[in-house]
Amino acid sequence: MTETTEPTGRPPPRRGALVPEPYRVVGRQVEVADVVTLALEPHRGQLPAFAPGQFNMLTAFGVGEVAISISSAPGGAGAVEHSIRDVGAVTHALCEARIGSVVGVRGPFGTHWGIGGIGEDTDVVVVAGGIGLAPLRGTVRDLVARRRDGGGRVYVLVGMRSPDQILFAADLEDWRRRGADVAVTVDVGAQGWQGPVGVVTSLLLDAPFEPARSVALACGPEIMMRFTTRALVDRGIDPRRIQVSLERNMQCGIGLCGHCQLGPLLVCRDGPVVSYGGVADQLLMERNR
Amino acid sequence: MTEAMHGILSSHRFLSGLPEGTVELLAGCGHLETFEAGSLLLSEGSVADTLHLVHRGRVAIEVRGPGRDRHIVDTVGPGQVVGLSWVSPPFRWHFDARALGPVATVAIDSTCMRTRLDENPTVALALLERLASVLLGRLQATRVRLLDLYGHDRDH
Amino acid sequence: MSVDDGAVFDSGGLDQLIGVLRSAGYRTIGPIVSDGAIVYGTVTGVNDLPVGWRDHQEPGRYRLEQVSDAHLFDWAVGPSTWKSEFFTAEETVWQASIADGQVTFSEPDDDTGPVAVIGARPCELSALAALDRVLQGGAHPDDRYAVRRSGTFVVAVECGAPAGTCFCSSMGTGPAARAGFDLALTELFDGGHRFQVQVGSAAGAGVLAQVPHRSAGDGDRVARQETLARAEARMGRRLDTDDLPDLLARNLDHPRWEEVAERCLSCGNCTLVCPTCFCSDVKDATDLAGTVERQRRWASCFDVEHSLLHGGPVRPTTASRYRQWLTHKLSTWWDQFGESGCVGCGRCITWCPVGIDLTEEAAAIRTSAGALGSVGSVGRRTS
Repeated sequence: MTETTEPTGRPPPRRGALVPEPYRVVGRQVEVADVVTLALEPHRGQLPAFAPGQFNMLTAFGVGEVAISISSAPGGAGAVEHSIRDVGAVTHALCEARIGSVVGVRGPFGTHWGIGGIGEDTDVVVVAGGIGLAPLRGTVRDLVARRRDGGGRVYVLVGMRSPDQILFAADLEDWRRRGADVAVTVDVGAQGWQGPVGVVTSLLLDAPFEPARSVALACGPEIMMRFTTRALVDRGIDPRRIQVSLERNMQCGIGLCGHCQLGPLLVCRDGPVVSYGGVADQLLMERNR
Repeated sequence: MTEAMHGILSSHRFLSGLPEGTVELLAGCGHLETFEAGSLLLSEGSVADTLHLVHRGRVAIEVRGPGRDRHIVDTVGPGQVVGLSWVSPPFRWHFDARALGPVATVAIDSTCMRTRLDENPTVALALLERLASVLLGRLQATRVRLLDLYGHDRDH
Repeated sequence: MSVDDGAVFDSGGLDQLIGVLRSAGYRTIGPIVSDGAIVYGTVTGVNDLPVGWRDHQEPGRYRLEQVSDAHLFDWAVGPSTWKSEFFTAEETVWQASIADGQVTFSEPDDDTGPVAVIGARPCELSALAALDRVLQGGAHPDDRYAVRRSGTFVVAVECGAPAGTCFCSSMGTGPAARAGFDLALTELFDGGHRFQVQVGSAAGAGVLAQVPHRSAGDGDRVARQETLARAEARMGRRLDTDDLPDLLARNLDHPRWEEVAERCLSCGNCTLVCPTCFCSDVKDATDLAGTVERQRRWASCFDVEHSLLHGGPVRPTTASRYRQWLTHKLSTWWDQFGESGCVGCGRCITWCPVGIDLTEEAAAIRTSAGALGSVGSVGRRTS
C-alpha cells in the first residue's frame, strides 16, 4: 500500500477474518472408521473463547477449507477439538493430518446451543444422529459436569448406523456414569449388540423426561431432524424450547459469501443453532430452499 | 396371577386409551410368560398364534443367515408388542424373536382373542386400529432406516 | 451532512474537478464508451466521458446511439457496476508458505489507492451502501473490501435519463441523490449546459472549493426540479413494493416460479450485472514452490453448484434458483440486512438474454397470490 497519495486516512492493513491462524495438531484420535478427532492448539496467543455448537473453518493447506463444528467443551487444556468425517478431499486431508502438523483455523463462528439459562429442574433432551453428536458433545460434557439441585436430568438419545460406528463410546459411558440417561440405537444391528435397533425417535418413547419442563437439542442429518423435532413436539415439548443445528454450504463462515442462505437466514451468521419453533419448523419443511 | 396380569395390561402403553372391556377381553386369553436371555419368543416358520405384550426386557426381531448366525432388524421394548403374523394368513412367523435379556410378556392366544373379538366389534375395531398404527410406525421407521442417513450425512 | 444546493459549474468545471481529484491522488473512474456499451474505466477529463451518447434499454436489449449534442449523462446505467472496483471479480485472498511446520501468511498488496467515483447514479449510491452493509457492516468485515472502499470520493450525477428498464423511483433510490456522495451533480440544459452541484460532505466542500463555480440561482434550482420530475415521469418500469417481502415469502410455492423457469437459462447474467450481488467462491491452489494461495471469485446462485451439500445441490432446479435470487433481492434481504437488496437499476432486465423482467415476475405473483395455499412457506421474522 502506498503512503504518499492518500488524501484521507486509510486503515493499516491487518490480518482479516478471511485469513486462517496456524494451529498445531496436538492430538489425533480415530473415533470410528471414517471419523477422526483432531485437537488443535494455536501457534501463537490464546485459544479464542468458544461455545459448543459453534464451528471453525479448518484449512488443509493446499487442499481447501471446510466448516467443522467444535466437538469439545470450553475450559480444556488450551486445545480445541474437531471431529471430522472423511467425506471429501478437504476432510480427507484433515483426517490424515498427523500430530505436529499445521492446520489453518478461522473462528469460532456462528451461534451456540442455548443452555446457559436453564433451570435447576429443567430436563435437557439431547437427540443426535451420526456425526451430529459431535457439535453436541461439548454441551453434554458441560451439562453433566454441572451440579443442578432441582432434579433436572440430562437425556442423551443417539442414533448411529451400526454398533461399530458408534461415536464417542467412551464419552457416552462417562456421561452415563455421571448420571445422564444415555440411550443408543442403531440402524443395523450386529453380532453381540444387545441394545436397541431402530430409529432414534423410538428412543423418545421410553425416555421419561417431563415435557413441560424440558428443553431439547437436536443435531443430525436434516431428514432425521425433521422427524425428530416432530416427535419431540408430539411428546409435548414446546417447539420454542427445541433447538436444532442447521446446515448449508459454507465457504466463508462469516456472512460474506452468500452460499449458506436458507430463506431469511445466513446459516453461518444466524445459525447453525436456531430455535425450532418460529424459525426451523418452517424452513425444514421447505423444498429446494 | 390373574390380578398381576390385569395390572400389567391396565398400564400397558399398547392398550392405553382403548375402550373399556379391552383389558378384560385380552386377560381372558392371556397368561404371563418369562424368557431367559437368548431364548426365542417366536420362531421363524412356525405357527403364528400369540400376541406378546412386552412389559419387561428387550426383544430382538432377527433372522438367521449363512455366515452370520443372526441379523437383528429391529428391537422391541416394554410397552410394545411382538408377534403380529397371526393377523392374516398364512399365520406363520416371518422372523425370530429373541429375548436380549430377561423378558416378561403377557402372551395372548390369538384363536381365543379372535373368538372374543367376534362378539365385541367395538373392541375389535379399536384393537385393529391400534395394531395398524403399530404397523404404520414400524413401516415408517423402516423406511427412514432405508435412507441410511448416517451413511451419507453431514461433514461436521 | 446537510445537503445544500448552492453551486453551479459548466463542463469545464467538471473537467477541473476531475483534475483536482487526480492531483489529490485519486484514481478517477467513470463512464466511458467501450465495445458498444457505457462501462466504467479511467477518466482523465470530460472528453473521456460519453459525450453525446444516449442509451436505449428494454428487456434483453441494450443499444447506444450517438446524438449530436454535448450531453455527458444522457443515459442511465450500463453493464458495469461500482461493486467491481471494491469487491473484485477475482482476487487472491492470501498466500502462505509452509516450511518446517511454520506457516507464513501474506496478503497480497493489490490496493491501488483510493478511488474517486465519477458519475455514480443515485441507484448506485444505494447499491454501494447495501454492499457496505453486507461486506463491512457485520461482525466480521471483509477487510480487503474495507481497505479499497475507505476514502472513496463520490461524485454522483442525478438521473435525468432513466432507461426503459429503470424503476429506481419505485425502490426509493432515485432519480434524486439523497445520501452517500461527496458531491452530487445534476446536468441541466435549459438556459445553457451546466451542472448544479450539491455538497454532501466536508471532503466534497473542500474539493469544490478548488473548482471555479458560481452560486446557484432560483432558475438553476427550478431547472433541477424539472429535470428530476421529467426523469420520474420517464421511468420505464415500476414495482409495487407494498407488502412485497411478505407477499413473496407467502408464495414460495406459486406456479409462476415454474413458468419463469421455462424461460430462464440459469446463465447468471443477472447476478453478474447486479450492483448488490455479493456471492463468492473460494478455491485453494498450490504452486510448485509450495506456496499456497486462496483465490476468491464472484459466484452466482444460478450455478447449480452454489448450494452443494454433501455432493448434491440444495436447489437443483432452475425454478428453485430463480426463486432464491428474486426472493433474496426483494424479500429475505430485508430479514438479513434490514433493507431491500434491489435498488431498481434495471440491469438484470436489460442484460437477461431472454428478457426476464423481475418487476413483471413480482407483479404476476401479486396478481394471483394466494390462488394456491402457502403450505411450506415461511413468514419473515418479526424481530
